[in-house]
Amino acid sequence: MDNMAGQKSGLVIATNLSVIFMVVLWLIPTVGLLVSSFRDRDQISASGWWQAPFSVELAFRTRADDGEPQLIDGRYVIEGNIFETEEVQEAFAEGEGTITAFGTRGAEPGQFPAGTEGETRDGDLVTINPDGTYIYSTAEEPGRRAPRIYFQADTPAEFTLFNYRTILGSAGMDRAFINTLTVTIPATIIPILIAAFAAYALAWMQFPGRGILIAAVVGLLVVPLQLALVPLLKLHNEIGIGQSFLGIWLAHTGFGLPLAIYLLRNYMVGLPRDIIESAKVDGATDFQIFTKIILPLSFPALASFAIFQFLWTWNDLLVAKVFLPSNSESWVMTVKIADDLLGSRGGDWGILAAAAFISIAVPLIVFFAMQKYLVRGLLAGSVK
Amino acid sequence: MSPLLQGVLTIIIGVGGCIGYFYFSNILLDKVFFPDSGKNAARNITRANRVRPWLFLFPAMFALSLYLVYPVVGSFWRSLFNRSGDEFIGLGNYMGLLDSPDFHTAFFNNLLWVVFVPAASTLFGLLAAQLTDRLSWGGIAKSLIFMPMAISFVGASLIWKFVYAVDPDIGLINALRDFFGMEPLDVLQLAFWNNFFLMVILVWIQTGFAMVILSAALRGIPEETIEAAILDGAGPFAVFMKIKVPQIMGTIVVVWTTITILVLKVFDIVYTMTGGNFGTEILPSYMMSFMFRDDGRATAVAFVIMLVVLPVMIWNIMQARKEMK
Repeated sequence: MDNMAGQKSGLVIATNLSVIFMVVLWLIPTVGLLVSSFRDRDQISASGWWQAPFSVELAFRTRADDGEPQLIDGRYVIEGNIFETEEVQEAFAEGEGTITAFGTRGAEPGQFPAGTEGETRDGDLVTINPDGTYIYSTAEEPGRRAPRIYFQADTPAEFTLFNYRTILGSAGMDRAFINTLTVTIPATIIPILIAAFAAYALAWMQFPGRGILIAAVVGLLVVPLQLALVPLLKLHNEIGIGQSFLGIWLAHTGFGLPLAIYLLRNYMVGLPRDIIESAKVDGATDFQIFTKIILPLSFPALASFAIFQFLWTWNDLLVAKVFLPSNSESWVMTVKIADDLLGSRGGDWGILAAAAFISIAVPLIVFFAMQKYLVRGLLAGSVK
Repeated sequence: MSPLLQGVLTIIIGVGGCIGYFYFSNILLDKVFFPDSGKNAARNITRANRVRPWLFLFPAMFALSLYLVYPVVGSFWRSLFNRSGDEFIGLGNYMGLLDSPDFHTAFFNNLLWVVFVPAASTLFGLLAAQLTDRLSWGGIAKSLIFMPMAISFVGASLIWKFVYAVDPDIGLINALRDFFGMEPLDVLQLAFWNNFFLMVILVWIQTGFAMVILSAALRGIPEETIEAAILDGAGPFAVFMKIKVPQIMGTIVVVWTTITILVLKVFDIVYTMTGGNFGTEILPSYMMSFMFRDDGRATAVAFVIMLVVLPVMIWNIMQARKEMK
């Protein structure tokens, strides 16, 4: 339609610009999370993720313990390099920063600009140069511990896997990941077969009450899950399943069936009648027709539903909270994040970002790899 | 046994059991109960074919009745009993809800959600669908707008927690406020408006869904109608509003109702972002606050949600029946 009358080039530019604007708007939150997950904790609290590629001014404190005090003209003078002092050595191990300012009191770490001479309340004189070399001169003999110095330095942008290592190691996200996987895979596979048989019966077999059953499936599509929680948990407890993986697999299977039957029936009903009838004429039974003809032909619909169910069970919080045991051993990732990490590590943004990204990485891969089937399923499921 | 191993075993038992059930029940039907040979062969085949649909349907119907039909009745029945479940109190739980200011807040907020989220998602979805329609890179743009659909509500909430953070070095909103010299603000504690900041998250997720479906509907519009309108001198805006939108109205309604139903089920966002504090409670999260503490109240709230969903359910069934005829 680009060349069609009524389409102005100004409009094309405006369209392009507004789409770019919208895409950026939609992407920014996720990009922020991704960038933050690779940033160092101090850098996160010192500058926004959008400034991540730039160096950050951080405040440090240390003691002037690089170099021995020497007596010069009645004063004790310590010369050395601030980056080599014990307390900050580690922070600058990978690359030195640039000193911007320094101070002698914690309340004012940036009291004096780098390269100038500052005086403490006790009359000590301090100079710290941008490259980190310092001269500390004091009238009294320094004690066992070298005098305190505070300084601010531009530290280069640093990207690290520290957050991921922490979250997967000590924080127990690895366990939650395995649990999520354990919940998801059986809960995706089991309903497919059950639904496929039922969908075939509803699409291609003649029997009284078929119309009512289809209507019932459509109705069940929208039953709020909230209704199922209390009675089913009670039922599970009574028959001995209790809160367990078996319980959540069964629950997800039941909850996923209406969509599965609906999607598959809609697809199967559209398969060419000729194939099925000629197979019947050749003496094939319904069971053979189903396994040899319908099932292979329905692959796209099966794939669509599998993706739906996978995303839904992977991302679910509600069912996992109710049907899985509430101990940390059985937490899936969503529960882990919502009930544990947000509380215990609420202010630790890097850790939270890494945890969130681990939990959304697999669905994102599935999404981009199988988008075609997802879209097809959505269309079959809602537009009719 | 480790859960992972248990999972593999369950897959084998589940899938194997299904196949076994379908295979052997069919054999049983054809060979044992109604043998397709012998003197009554013809009558037996008819009989077997009358039973067979129910063999195919049985596992699904059993699971559906147990996991979705029974709970509707079971929840309603349970909601008529007190907290511990040993005393019948009739509509006592519902009366208690009507008297509770928290329930009023949750109900009112839910109304806001039901109005705002489907409207905004459908509007943005329609906009995105139309704008990306003839764009050379429209496919990529759509993918990116669609992407949040794959993210869990918990993950999405965390993503937006970053955006809303009070610290101007973390939260984008407060970074902007800071840039213009304003004081940082915790938008999640901003009475009334905080609800909208939570809704934005769901709009962000659902716009992609609306876009994908509406985009397909736009493609399905007959080209002639548009060409005719252009020849008659209609501008692009008029074509969109007067030719395209009316033709996809049916789809817009479907998208709208689908998102409405979803809104009534999502408790994750409120739970993760505010825990229902600062006046942001909605019915699903309000229900979860009673879960494990007072089953009577919890089921009563759940049933209220069901009542709200009911009109949509009936409408859906009527639509489905119309199509089948």
